[in-house]
Amino acid sequence: MTQHLPVLVIVVPLLTALIVPLVERVRRGSAWYLVTGALLFSTYAAIQMLVQVSSGPIEGSIRYALGAWSAPMGIEYVVDRVNGIVLTMVAVVGLISAVWMRPSLKMEIREQARGSYYTVFLLCCVGFMGMTITGDIFNLYVFLEIASITSYVLIAMGKRRQALYAGYSYLIVGSIGATFILLGIGHLYMRTGVLSMADIVALFEANPELFEKSDVRVAFAFFTVGLAMKMALFPLHGWQPSAYTQAPSAASLFIAATSTKVSAYVFYRISFSVFGIQFLESALPVIRDGLLVMAAAAIVLGPLLAIRQNNLKRLLAYSSVGQIGYIMLGVVLLNMDGVTGGLIHFWNHAAAKGALFCVAGALVYRTGSARIADLAGMGRTAPWTATVLTISGCSMIGVPLTAGFLSKWYLGAGALAADRWMIVPVLLASSIFTAIYVWRLLSLVWFAPKEAVPAVTKEVPWAMRGPALVLAAGCLVFGLSSISVSIARDAARALGLGS
Amino acid sequence: MTETPSLIVRYVARRAVPFIQLYALYVLGHGEDGPGGGFQGGVIFASSFVLMGLVYGWGRGREDCPERVADVIAPAGCLLYAGIGAVCLLLGGAFLQYEAFVGVDADHHAKHHAHHFGLIGIELGVMLTVTASMVTLFFEMARPDDEEVADGVAEEVDAEGEDADA
Repeated sequence: MTQHLPVLVIVVPLLTALIVPLVERVRRGSAWYLVTGALLFSTYAAIQMLVQVSSGPIEGSIRYALGAWSAPMGIEYVVDRVNGIVLTMVAVVGLISAVWMRPSLKMEIREQARGSYYTVFLLCCVGFMGMTITGDIFNLYVFLEIASITSYVLIAMGKRRQALYAGYSYLIVGSIGATFILLGIGHLYMRTGVLSMADIVALFEANPELFEKSDVRVAFAFFTVGLAMKMALFPLHGWQPSAYTQAPSAASLFIAATSTKVSAYVFYRISFSVFGIQFLESALPVIRDGLLVMAAAAIVLGPLLAIRQNNLKRLLAYSSVGQIGYIMLGVVLLNMDGVTGGLIHFWNHAAAKGALFCVAGALVYRTGSARIADLAGMGRTAPWTATVLTISGCSMIGVPLTAGFLSKWYLGAGALAADRWMIVPVLLASSIFTAIYVWRLLSLVWFAPKEAVPAVTKEVPWAMRGPALVLAAGCLVFGLSSISVSIARDAARALGLGS
Repeated sequence: MTETPSLIVRYVARRAVPFIQLYALYVLGHGEDGPGGGFQGGVIFASSFVLMGLVYGWGRGREDCPERVADVIAPAGCLLYAGIGAVCLLLGGAFLQYEAFVGVDADHHAKHHAHHFGLIGIELGVMLTVTASMVTLFFEMARPDDEEVADGVAEEVDAEGEDADA
């Protein structure tokens, strides 16, 4: 059965998602068990495959041909060191948010809609895992559409009417982004005649003169702009704050921790495994410089905009704008340390942002809104949740011993190695701004005046506390152990970057 | 519906429905070796429900394919597709490798047949899902206000009576 894991990781949740609406009709309330079971399997499969590729040779990968049609004819699923990281991230975060969401949905989604919520959520997981695992650029687009459409629905299911507007504006921006990506795929297909990533990159390696062709360059530009919209890279981040704020807490948790990062991963994949390093190094310095400026602007302005927010979810959304900048910085620096920093940030940011959205969800669960002022005095009434906030907040700042420190360290080292020393003050400024907004939260939580009555009267149920603690523990484990760094370093090597 | 369409429109629409549906099945059957397939077949099949809805009014049209039925058929079609893939896995092949139905040692002829039936099976799944989704899309977008539905249903009852007389 192990050789079928690459397809089962997708098919099991997909089949479950289709069975859920039928079972829910017969027995209301059984959806949660099915969803959690399916994601448990996907998590097991993803970790199993990551372990398998990690113990193999550096460039090794697990390949699976659908319907036994091999690559140029059929669609291939590929797991290597790089997407192993992202696949595990999506599966684990999916599982954690599935466990976490059960009490939260009881407060935020009406009973008749809960069954369909689970279906859409599971399809959303399938979409993101499919985008990660596929080795075919057109199949990538199909999964991108599955993931996007389900995200629009999840966001629009928020309790307030603004959720519809937020979902709709994301739909417009997201569809334009997806169209750009499709145009990029079309241009590549026109020039190369194949859709398999491995075949395209082999063709480019054999014929470097293709890089001079304008349609190849235009294809890369389309991919860049389309994916920048999808990942909310700085000037194109307009859809993101309202989407994260208005979505049901359970959806914000999953979408914030995975969706933009999967798009960022797709950019890594397109850059390294479709166009190839040669193209990035030589062909288009304009795009690289432009992306560097955009990433740097995101890193500084994201946290700066976050400082003045009054809604916790909106604050976290702006901070996500900054965090995507880090991941993009990695690919722009294009050296060992930079890409390592970018890749470990996938896990580090998923853990920290996931934990923070758990806290925001807990706030909504207890008070009905995500107003930051309501955090006052939470340290006394809900110490566990307050601890989660403290640990993940420190990781966002990049305090040593937490995961965030490692990302910033490697990105800083990468910037120096690439002679882009201007990035170092940018990273420091970003840490200072992050420290300001995190301190604002922590001072409310721990140092509120004793006479004030806390709005959060008691701790949330264990079903919500446990997953939040797991994510917060992740911030510490990735910060203290070298496991994520060594995996990311090997992944960077597999992408063809020398040490 | 404020106005009932003329007798000719109602008569022709009603008699056209079985032919539309038969044509949809014909297009479906062509899917695996010619132009056509589950998606096109599904859209044509759904158009027969749309025609009934347009001519006989929203309420009468929805009766042919109620929300409950459409909501079950849509995931069931998808499930048929993915299920055929899963059965191939269980029989020892790759996902969606139809040769698994007859085994890897079977002769060329048997494998060809397995391919045929596998493809028609998944196309049928596509058709079911597309039909249900198209019908749902049309009737949800055309959903009149509540009072209009009540009127429409009342009118339809009259129309039925007329039709029987004719």
